[in-house]
Amino acid sequence: MITFKGVHKWFKKLHVLNDINLHITPGEVLVVCGPSGSGKSTLIRTINQLEPINDGSLIVDGMDLSDKKTDINKLRAEVGFVFQQFNLYPHLSVIGNITLAPIKIRNIPKKEAEEQAMALLTRVGLAEKRDAYPLQLSGGQQQRVAIARALAMKPRIMLFDEPTSALDPEMIGEVLAVMKDLALSGMTMLVVTHEMGFAREVAHRVVFMDNGVILEEAPPEDFFMRPQHERAKQFLRQLLTPMQCECP
Amino acid sequence: MLNYTFNWSIITSGQYFDWLVTGLLTTLKLSAVSIVLAFVLGLLIAVMRMAHNRPVRWFAHAYLEFFRNTPLLVQIFFWYFGSYKILPTFINDWLNETGFEFAAAAIALTIYTSAFIAEDIRSGVLSIPKEQMEAARSAGFSYLRSMQYIILPQAIRITIPPLVNQFLNVAKNSSLAMTIGVMEMTYQARQVESYTFRGFEAFTAATVVYLALSIVITALVNIYNEKVLMAHKAA
Repeated sequence: MITFKGVHKWFKKLHVLNDINLHITPGEVLVVCGPSGSGKSTLIRTINQLEPINDGSLIVDGMDLSDKKTDINKLRAEVGFVFQQFNLYPHLSVIGNITLAPIKIRNIPKKEAEEQAMALLTRVGLAEKRDAYPLQLSGGQQQRVAIARALAMKPRIMLFDEPTSALDPEMIGEVLAVMKDLALSGMTMLVVTHEMGFAREVAHRVVFMDNGVILEEAPPEDFFMRPQHERAKQFLRQLLTPMQCECP
Repeated sequence: MLNYTFNWSIITSGQYFDWLVTGLLTTLKLSAVSIVLAFVLGLLIAVMRMAHNRPVRWFAHAYLEFFRNTPLLVQIFFWYFGSYKILPTFINDWLNETGFEFAAAAIALTIYTSAFIAEDIRSGVLSIPKEQMEAARSAGFSYLRSMQYIILPQAIRITIPPLVNQFLNVAKNSSLAMTIGVMEMTYQARQVESYTFRGFEAFTAATVVYLALSIVITALVNIYNEKVLMAHKAA
């Protein structure tokens, strides 16, 4: 479904993606983790070309991203993206946020788009918020609307860029529950997250990145129980027991 | 010692009243046409100014600097006395029949004001977080569609206060149209003064009309802003 072959990316002189080789099969749930600045967000942002790659090849759902003739807007319509900061459209109501792209890009009649949107809102548990505006919602609710907005385009792939990092702790659960439900429905998902509980329970595979390089790539049980790399071991120690950092 | 007797009846009824009313209507028409066209043109120039295509961006930039930095009166004279000379004869004939004064004034006011409006809208767009554009693009909207549905509707809400200023300027600047013979408010007040020597009364009337017009424009935009555009801010 998604294939990275020798992908490189630079920001000026900074080598943010270094020889990435990765294959994601349909229906797979892949969690990408790593310290900040490791290139994990950049990695998933290349998949819908929010960040273009500089070298190598990247094939997403049969479309070659290094080919200039690939219709990037068509690709993006097939790939849902959920941001850390939700990025809902503040001037539109919840239902307006969800139906905008289906109506304008897929040319679905308004009534039909609204029916589908209501079904999605029910699925994320926010049917009663259809006429609210984003600023009137909590962070967790906004993120669930953002997921519904992405799903409204009936994407074949869903990308999540630290979807719970901007949330209060008590709202993380409601968003993860929606994501888990989505994973169980067979959606192909790439999730950048520090929620190791989610990774352990839902992911088929965990990828650990540092300095633009994929250091580990393993099923969650192996990754958590038997990490190979010293950097991964250190990362996991700090993440699982942050109070016991190795301070001098 | 004040030895001037006010005579307000001169301007509240009869022929001179009719002149002032025609003037008012012409001012309203000229302002309305110029505001609407200047807004549309300003929007277009603002988008061009931010385009990825370099020649398009440069054209918009040159347009802005040119029309912002030359006096409106010169621009009105240019369209009225200058553009006349380079138009084909048949257009000229048609213009002579229909009266070119109003059109020349409307064109000058529209273009002059559009340059200011474009800059206001552009600063509004720049204040929208770049993540909004990312969200729109990642949903599959093209750059222009993202502008149309997501960025500009938000930017224009922010731009409302400076836009009101531009709209007020159009209403007030429309008085310069009298210099090429458009029979708008100021022109008619001047006429009344010439016929009656009642300059105080005539220009008081003009002052009141411009003041009222400005207040109405401000109120209309504010109501629209609160009732329609700021609905999402309501708790």
